[in-house]
Amino acid sequence: MSMTSSATTKVTLPSDTEILITREFDAPRDLVFKAMTDPDLIPRWWGPRNLTTTVDKMDVRPGGRWRYVSGAPDGTKSAFRGEYREIVAPERIVQTFEWEPMAGHISVDTATFTERDGHTLLTVRSKFSSKADRDGMVASGMETGLRETHDRFAELLAELRD
Amino acid sequence: MQATLSALAEPNRRQIVELLRRKPRAVGEIVERLGLRQPQVSKHLRVLSEAGLVQARPVAQQRIYSLRAQPLKELDDWLEPYRRKWDERFGQLDDVLRDLKRKEKGKKDVHDK
Repeated sequence: MSMTSSATTKVTLPSDTEILITREFDAPRDLVFKAMTDPDLIPRWWGPRNLTTTVDKMDVRPGGRWRYVSGAPDGTKSAFRGEYREIVAPERIVQTFEWEPMAGHISVDTATFTERDGHTLLTVRSKFSSKADRDGMVASGMETGLRETHDRFAELLAELRD
Repeated sequence: MQATLSALAEPNRRQIVELLRRKPRAVGEIVERLGLRQPQVSKHLRVLSEAGLVQARPVAQQRIYSLRAQPLKELDDWLEPYRRKWDERFGQLDDVLRDLKRKEKGKKDVHDK
C-alpha cells in the first residue's frame, strides 16, 4: 500500500507525436536512476498493482535489450521490450519501448534526471513515429484504468458475497 | 477530440491558448506578445475557433478572444487514465526509493562507526 504523496504526475502533449511526463521524487537522482536500472527493483514498481512484472532481460548499456513480462491474475501474460540507446548515469536514459502484441509501434523514450536539494525531477519524453501511435499509447491508459476498475469491482462483489 | 488535438499540435496555437488561459485578449495583444504577424495570428485564431477552443466577442472596434473550457476538459479527461497509470507506477517507485534511502543511511551509519 503506497503512502499518499504530494508529488503530482504531469502529462502534457508537447507536439503531435510526443508525450511528456514529469514527476518529482524525494530522493537524490543516483537512487532514482538505480531504481530504474536495477533488474531486482523493476518488479516492485514498474507494473500496475494488479499485475506482476518479471524481468526477462535487462542489459543496461547502449545497444543492450530489455524485456519485461507482465502477468495477470488469470494467468494471461504479455511482454514489453526495447533497446537501450544511451545510458548516462545518473543523468539520462534513452531507450525504445514496444508492446509485443503491437510490435512495430515503437516509441523512443528519453528519461532525464535533474537533482535539486536532494529531490529529483524526472522527465520522460516519449517520441512516436506517428500521431496515431501516440494517440494509441494514450488510449492504452484507458484500458488499464478500466481493467483496474473492473478488478476492484470484482473484489467488492466478492466482499459483499462473503 | 481529434479537432482539439490537431488544433493544439501547432506550437504557436498552443502559445495562444496559454496566453488566453490567463485572461481574454484582443488580437493586437496576442500579436504583440507572440511577435507574429497579424494575418498569421488571425489564421491560428480561426483554426482554434473552428475547433471550439476559443470564442470571440466584439468590444468597441476590437474582437476579444477567450478560451472555451469544454474541449480542454475533454482533452484532460482523455489524458486522465494514462496519467493515473503513471501516477500509480511512480507511487510504487516512491516506496522503493524510501527503502533505498533507508538502506543507504544504514550503510553510512555502519561506516561512520
